[in-house]
Amino acid sequence: MTDRLEVRRTAKLYIGGAFPRSESGRSYEVTTHEGEPLAQVSQASRKDLREAVVAARAVFPAWSGATAYLRGQILYRVAEMMEGRRVQFEDELADAGAADPARGVSASIDRWVWYAGWADKLAQVVGATNPVAGPYFNFTLPEPTGVVGIVAPGDQSLLGLVSRLAPVIVSGNTTVAIASERSPLPAVSLAEVLATSDVPAGVVNILTGRTAELVPWLASHMDVNGLDVTGVPDELLADTERAAAENVKRVHHAPDADPFDEAAQSPYEITAFTESKTVWHPMGA
Amino acid sequence: MTEAIERPASAVPPWEYASAPESTDIVRLDDRYGLFIGGEFVEPKSGRWFPTISPSTEETLAEVAEADAADVARAVDAARDAAPVWRALAPAERAKYVFRIARQLQERAREFAVLESLNGGKPIKESRDVDIPLAAAHFFYYAGWADKLEYAFPGRDAPRPVGVAGQIIPWNFPLLMAAWKLAPALAAGNTTVLKPAETTPLTALLLAQVMQEAELPPGVVNIVTGAGETGAALVDAPVDKIAFTGSTEVGKIIRRSTAGTGKRLTLELGGKAANIVFEDAPLDQAVEGVINGIFFNQGHVCCAGSRLLVQEPVFDALLGKLKDRLQTLRVGDPLDKNTDVGAINSRAQLEKIEELVESGVEEGAEIYQPECLLPERGFWFRPTLFTGVSQSHRIAREEIFGPVLSILTFRTVDEAVEKANNTPYGLSAGIWTEKGSRILHMAQRLRAGVVWANTFNRFDPTSPFGGYKESGFGREGGLHGLEPYLTFDGGAR
Repeated sequence: MTDRLEVRRTAKLYIGGAFPRSESGRSYEVTTHEGEPLAQVSQASRKDLREAVVAARAVFPAWSGATAYLRGQILYRVAEMMEGRRVQFEDELADAGAADPARGVSASIDRWVWYAGWADKLAQVVGATNPVAGPYFNFTLPEPTGVVGIVAPGDQSLLGLVSRLAPVIVSGNTTVAIASERSPLPAVSLAEVLATSDVPAGVVNILTGRTAELVPWLASHMDVNGLDVTGVPDELLADTERAAAENVKRVHHAPDADPFDEAAQSPYEITAFTESKTVWHPMGA
Repeated sequence: MTEAIERPASAVPPWEYASAPESTDIVRLDDRYGLFIGGEFVEPKSGRWFPTISPSTEETLAEVAEADAADVARAVDAARDAAPVWRALAPAERAKYVFRIARQLQERAREFAVLESLNGGKPIKESRDVDIPLAAAHFFYYAGWADKLEYAFPGRDAPRPVGVAGQIIPWNFPLLMAAWKLAPALAAGNTTVLKPAETTPLTALLLAQVMQEAELPPGVVNIVTGAGETGAALVDAPVDKIAFTGSTEVGKIIRRSTAGTGKRLTLELGGKAANIVFEDAPLDQAVEGVINGIFFNQGHVCCAGSRLLVQEPVFDALLGKLKDRLQTLRVGDPLDKNTDVGAINSRAQLEKIEELVESGVEEGAEIYQPECLLPERGFWFRPTLFTGVSQSHRIAREEIFGPVLSILTFRTVDEAVEKANNTPYGLSAGIWTEKGSRILHMAQRLRAGVVWANTFNRFDPTSPFGGYKESGFGREGGLHGLEPYLTFDGGAR
């Protein structure tokens, strides 16, 4: 057998549909849970984060304006593409120390499918026609909040991230997500899946790097409308919420349920980042 | 004021009206009002009292207790003590208490209306026809939810009250805002501490009497009066939830104060709504809607249509009609049944309006105010239009919260959308056009929580209300208004 040199992957950021290195030129070493070197991963900077927000904002009109059917199909497509690369995800979860990597990948794929199906049902469940006391047709619809920042949980590096991403984007939000600092590789692979799943460039942007460095910039960014703080370390939570006040961000923390549990998926995780719009229309001949 | 608004001496109002005063005999005020804690009016531990006045005469109506942190703590303790009693009550019985409140409000509606106009300065026809009936309707609507909560949110198990809610309300719709806060909280099984605005505490204190008459268990509703310090003490108190309606500035302060505490929060904040008139709009209807949109309640309305966007072909026609209509608005005594525009709520608010209007003149916008005589005492401001307004002017960006309309123009639908959305706020918007498809297209693209098509400033207890962006989060009214007051098994942290 001839010796062949392995072609290693460079783990990069995912911004606006492209895979740039950090403009800062920084990277950091990621190891297995046993401390074996795994890869060098881009260490995103504040400027990378701002570029990601610009990309997310730019595509918001198109993504939020897409039909619910289309968004549902695209989320389903993500599940399809993950299924095809499940061995890679399983390896990465094993390196990260997952007890049952196959279960983690399966649950992640199924979570995309579950949320995909909500795209064209949410408005029927949480919308309303309101019987106002007057000659008006009055209805309430959920609409996406805008650009939502996600701080993915440090553990459950794949299922934790998917469980935050899917409910945010299915309604039409776009997002900048900060991957698990310790185990970012499943997130990088997920970015490669998203790039080939018909998810428009910029809808999901994924940054790897130091959580404590990036969170304050994400929380204080004036063009980010919502913040999922599920992965914010407890000691940073108060400062993060204070920073989020500056433009009245919606701040949400996922339920404390086991991510494998069915209770971890809910349409109310979608509505955490939707706005209710109520329209009054007069009735008359 | 600036010279630009001096009227020619020869100008006279086009019509004379006889006065039609509403009698105030129905209101019997005490000399002073304590804090409403544990079902009784009590003296404040602070030992401090402050006068509450009529903004139309500057006369003192009564003295009101000023709650300090110790008083607030006492009220929160009372609410905490009452919580197990209230939540343990059979939901159908809880409903009946809230129904009682609604009915008693209807029974005493005239008294409430007169007092609201006395203390707040709003025209009696508005407090009589809008504020008080809507407040009663709000209690009536939410009362019925008390024993139906499990039907409200599909798939959510075991709805339970959040606990003790601290509720802080503004001075523009004093009783109505109290109803918006209290009704869903009580129906969901919470107990509350309500802080009315400093300038308008009286109808909330009258409402406390209604709570007594309804025999609501002591401590379920507590009312603490005072200014910003009292509100801050309530935000910092050991409550489970804060609900605030007021300025975006104060909303942000509250958000910072609650950071890291795990307290639930809903904010209903400021606005700078666009009222958009297309060239095919029914102009006479639009004029009424535009006038109502900005001059209703002296423009002290967070969802006021304070930016008028007019499509260029109808700009001249609409402006002419608006000026004519402005000339017929009756400004003056809030207790006069003919009055359209009452008193500005406070001297501080009047000064804020004057400062912003001066900035409009200085920045180059053109001001128009009708001839009208203003009473000598009290706080008054003429209905005001600005033309030649650009998007960068302060009067196009900042919430004035007064009877001042900034008029801008547009050519295309896209331009209207862009200008309407070009604000950090996102509370409401108005669309005037005969074209149904355009209404729905615009309604979809406007980033605002409430969109009125060919109408404006309509409210209903079944209709969710609340903002996008810096106009706040959470909804009040409708099924959606229940959610902030409930917690569920496995629900969000």
